[in-house]
Amino acid sequence: MTLRIEQFVQGQGPGDGSVDAFLSAGAFPIVEDDRVTFVFRGEADAVKLWHAIYGLPTYQTFTQVDWTDLWYLTLDLPRGSRMEYKLLVEHKGRRQLVRDPLNPEVSHDPFGTNSVCLGAGYEKPDWAFDDPEARAGTVEEHELPAPSFGGTRRVQVYLPARMRLTRRYPLLVLHDGGDYLRFSRLKSVLDNLIHRLEIPPMVVACTQALDRMKEYMADPAHAAFIVDDLLPALEAMFPLASDPASRGLGGASLGAVASLFTAWRYPRTFGRLLLQSGSFAFTDIGRTYRGPVFEPVVQFVNAFRARPGTPVEQIFVSCGVYESLIYENRSMVPFLERTGIDVRYVESRDGHNWENWRDRLREGLSWLFPGPLWMIYE
Amino acid sequence: MRTVVLLGPQRLRPTLVEAVDRVGVEGAVAAVTAGWQEREDEIDELSAHLRRPVVNLRLFQRGEDVLAQDPEILLAWGDHLDRRRKLQDLYRIRVAHAKAAVRELLRESVEQDLLEAEVERALEALRAVDREHRDRVARLAAAFDAEWSPWARPAVAAHRDELAGVLSRCGALAIAGGHVQVLLDRLRLFGVVELADGLPVFAWSAGAMVCAETVVLFHDRPPQGAGNAEVLDAGLALCRDVVVLPHAKRRLRLDDPERVLLLARRFDPALCLALDEGSRAWWDARTGLVVEKGRELRRDGDVTGELDP
Repeated sequence: MTLRIEQFVQGQGPGDGSVDAFLSAGAFPIVEDDRVTFVFRGEADAVKLWHAIYGLPTYQTFTQVDWTDLWYLTLDLPRGSRMEYKLLVEHKGRRQLVRDPLNPEVSHDPFGTNSVCLGAGYEKPDWAFDDPEARAGTVEEHELPAPSFGGTRRVQVYLPARMRLTRRYPLLVLHDGGDYLRFSRLKSVLDNLIHRLEIPPMVVACTQALDRMKEYMADPAHAAFIVDDLLPALEAMFPLASDPASRGLGGASLGAVASLFTAWRYPRTFGRLLLQSGSFAFTDIGRTYRGPVFEPVVQFVNAFRARPGTPVEQIFVSCGVYESLIYENRSMVPFLERTGIDVRYVESRDGHNWENWRDRLREGLSWLFPGPLWMIYE
Repeated sequence: MRTVVLLGPQRLRPTLVEAVDRVGVEGAVAAVTAGWQEREDEIDELSAHLRRPVVNLRLFQRGEDVLAQDPEILLAWGDHLDRRRKLQDLYRIRVAHAKAAVRELLRESVEQDLLEAEVERALEALRAVDREHRDRVARLAAAFDAEWSPWARPAVAAHRDELAGVLSRCGALAIAGGHVQVLLDRLRLFGVVELADGLPVFAWSAGAMVCAETVVLFHDRPPQGAGNAEVLDAGLALCRDVVVLPHAKRRLRLDDPERVLLLARRFDPALCLALDEGSRAWWDARTGLVVEKGRELRRDGDVTGELDP
């Protein structure tokens, strides 16, 4: 198959063969089966693609089409992939990292906004976007005492639509839950999955660390906060089921480490774990290449690998194959399975980002907390 | 002769009142909302829609009351549910294998005359698994009834007396959707169909499912598992030769001929009837089933009727 950019370079493009005609002839980047062509037009001395796909050089250099201000780069992008990126434009000694001006598709995270390339076969999950038929839950803000840290902590709590005090609801405590709400469309996801009966009506407590590089690094004070402070406070406020099978703990990246650490330190308090792209740094010998800041995590994960116990009944683990953490997550799964814990491990062609974590929520939540869809026909 | 009207889901596009008016129901409508479980009492929208008195039979709450009053039946019922659940799990394993055989055969590319006989045999094996399960569940229920005679127990008998009085003053029975097993169990526990003898029945979603001879659970796109339709139980058999499939637009892949034909042929000669918003079908013993608005899954994989936008 001749790529569109190749046709253009060979002078066989659409219209009059001009750059304008080429740019108006379709969407960008150009996805053609398992190849993607990024295009930039403008004054530049060099253009590079910045991305975070592990295994590929972080900067990929564009080629300028002779006698034009058009730059392009073609990469392999396997089907089903989703890729976040920016363009590094160098001009007259100035280097600027910008979103792709030709691509309206963007994603947001705590650090800003990236352009997004949706590979062939990738579909945005319809269950993550507002459905007018779905009854909307509510998100309440609470400031709760946190003796384990000293002072108080703010927690956002998702409550399902039509909640009743006479019923007992499952609970999921989600680390970085505020970010899940902002960047992973958590509220819409919960509203829709509950509406579709794929998960039961449930309460989700969204915590947010003040200093996640400390609190999520296998910190006993954080684990105590979750179990000794937060859990009793939530149980006092809401009608929650108290059996471990109805209690889940989850998070992404270091939030997954904090989840596993808390569950390990307080076994059988929670029955379900949602671990997304966990930063499960470990060593078999020597020190971690991830640097001294990860030492507390390494110490915990090494200890967990030596004596995992059976802290919970079910663990859902997901990770993107374009993340460096794929090694740690793949390594963790056999250890988890050997404990007798029921483990579901899922990989995606995506990176370390909030939309990857969003896209796995349906599979993870519906497995950890199966809904009544086979029995209810309203 | 009882008229049974099967309707599509009512939450977003209620059509119940049109059907009730057409039948010329006089007096109050007795409502069964036990499938809504704890929300059973929330019938304000239903009452407003019907524009006539609605009497909530409160079968869910009555059932809870019976279990609270009668510890013996509470324990026996718990054991019964446990055995029934295990039976369903075992049946599900057999269905998966029997259905996989049909699907595998359907994908073979050999001469049609050779293939068709094999497909039909495989389907017959699948039908046998369904039939045996339906019979086993029915036998389990019959054994429970024989041992415990629920209608003769004081707590149930008192509620049945009350219900008989209420139903004698009503002109129709409306059965809403919700949890299909809870709904079916409550209707059976109090023998509502027998008490409402002769009243026209208007039923939607799970309510329509339980009116058929066989209750079939289905979902082609579950987030977990294979999505194999399964027989739950015998229904109330208020209408015959139909399998009711509410929310088909959302639950079934009606654009997949293989799935459609498999479902249609599996339950043949019963008609697989998709009931979405606005759907309506009538049944009485004289005319049988008349589908006024609704889609039928056909044996050739086609689906009659158009999807509403």
